[in-house]
Amino acid sequence: MSQHNVDASWPLYEVFVRSSRGLSHVHAGSLHAPDATMALRNARDLYTRRNEGTSVWVVPSDAISSSDPDSKGGFFESSQGKAFRHATYYTKSEGVKHL
Amino acid sequence: MSTTSIHSDAPVADLDEQRAGQERFDQIIAEDSRIEPSDWMPEGYRKTLVRQMSQHAHSEIIGMQPEANWITRAPSLKRKMILMAKVQDEAGHGLYLYSATETLGVPREELVRQLLDGEAKYSSIFNYPAMTWADVGAIGWLVDGAAIQNQVPLCRASFAPYGRAMVRICKEESFHQRQGWEILYELSHGTPEQKAMAQDAVNRFYGPALQMFGPPDDDSPNSQQSMAWNIKRFSNDELRQRFVDMIVPQAEALGLTLPDPDLKWNEERGHYDFGELDWDEFMSVIKGKGPCNVQRMQHRRAAHENGAWVREAAAAYAEKQARRQQDAADTHLIGA
Ligand SMILES: [Fe+2]
Ligand SMILES: [Fe+2]
Repeated sequence: MSQHNVDASWPLYEVFVRSSRGLSHVHAGSLHAPDATMALRNARDLYTRRNEGTSVWVVPSDAISSSDPDSKGGFFESSQGKAFRHATYYTKSEGVKHL
Repeated sequence: MSTTSIHSDAPVADLDEQRAGQERFDQIIAEDSRIEPSDWMPEGYRKTLVRQMSQHAHSEIIGMQPEANWITRAPSLKRKMILMAKVQDEAGHGLYLYSATETLGVPREELVRQLLDGEAKYSSIFNYPAMTWADVGAIGWLVDGAAIQNQVPLCRASFAPYGRAMVRICKEESFHQRQGWEILYELSHGTPEQKAMAQDAVNRFYGPALQMFGPPDDDSPNSQQSMAWNIKRFSNDELRQRFVDMIVPQAEALGLTLPDPDLKWNEERGHYDFGELDWDEFMSVIKGKGPCNVQRMQHRRAAHENGAWVREAAAAYAEKQARRQQDAADTHLIGA
């Protein structure tokens, strides 16, 4: 057993940073904090020491649901074989301007 | 359909699933693509990563000590602020890497426990003392310099969270190396005593810095597997050679020499030859007999224990706030 009294973990938060106005928040990493307020402060110190952010979100990690990586094929199938959803599918208009 | 956590799941027991997982894993590695925590991975791969990434994290945390020791004695306010920023970065590096390691299913408190109980290793370079202000320069230039050489290829490590952490870290490291080089530059262009102090620091850190790449390839049994898994991209000796080739002209620009009589340009190889390193010393420092091993661990444990009341207070406050919120919600319900 441990010789050292290491306290039970604080909850894990995922950190999302908006790098500048007009852009989306992007996942930056995660951290532990006792509550959301502290998580925000820690996120500022940990992920924005060089002006990397204008806004930070923190989300409890266990509040995030994810698609199953193993069912990748099945889950994303419906968008495959539907090239007609892309503009490049339509070629007759080649040479016609502004189309 | 099922939803899953974004972090690593328990290993799959079913044999068919295992076989399918291995196939998928091999394919991803063959394509030089990336493994995410929720992907199936071989137990050996997971274990290797947990060991390497947590050792890396511990090194960042312990690595704060030799330099932090000089914060109160930095020669100017500017240098003090730079040094504080650098040491704070190292704390950040440790935290990025702990988070990345946790995605493999090992809780943070377990990683901290392994360090405090002395079960986990950290880079042996941090068991050398920083005795003079010039040592702070030599650490930035040579130790962070060697770390960069190691870390840049790790940005492409097959385990995605490790690679992502390394990208962030590498962006910050170049400032560390440059500020160290500049400290040495100012000293080597100062008084004769200052120049001698700079030379002495370089003399002491050169060998240990070269050893940061690990033992020679012949004595590094795990390297091959790590390279097959695309965790490691270059061998220890390749990285060491690159580092030597890089620092020779940098030392010349400082007007300082490197303490190796065998160091000379080899026209045929297109690289610098350099002398044999003291691997007995390396092994003895790893085994705990370096000049500062005991001190580093004592300091880390004391810092952890002395910080306990802060962690307890924060937890108690969070609990109180949560309870108040709950009470308020209950009152509201009753009122309605
Ligand atoms: Fe670092
Ligand atoms: Fe650094």
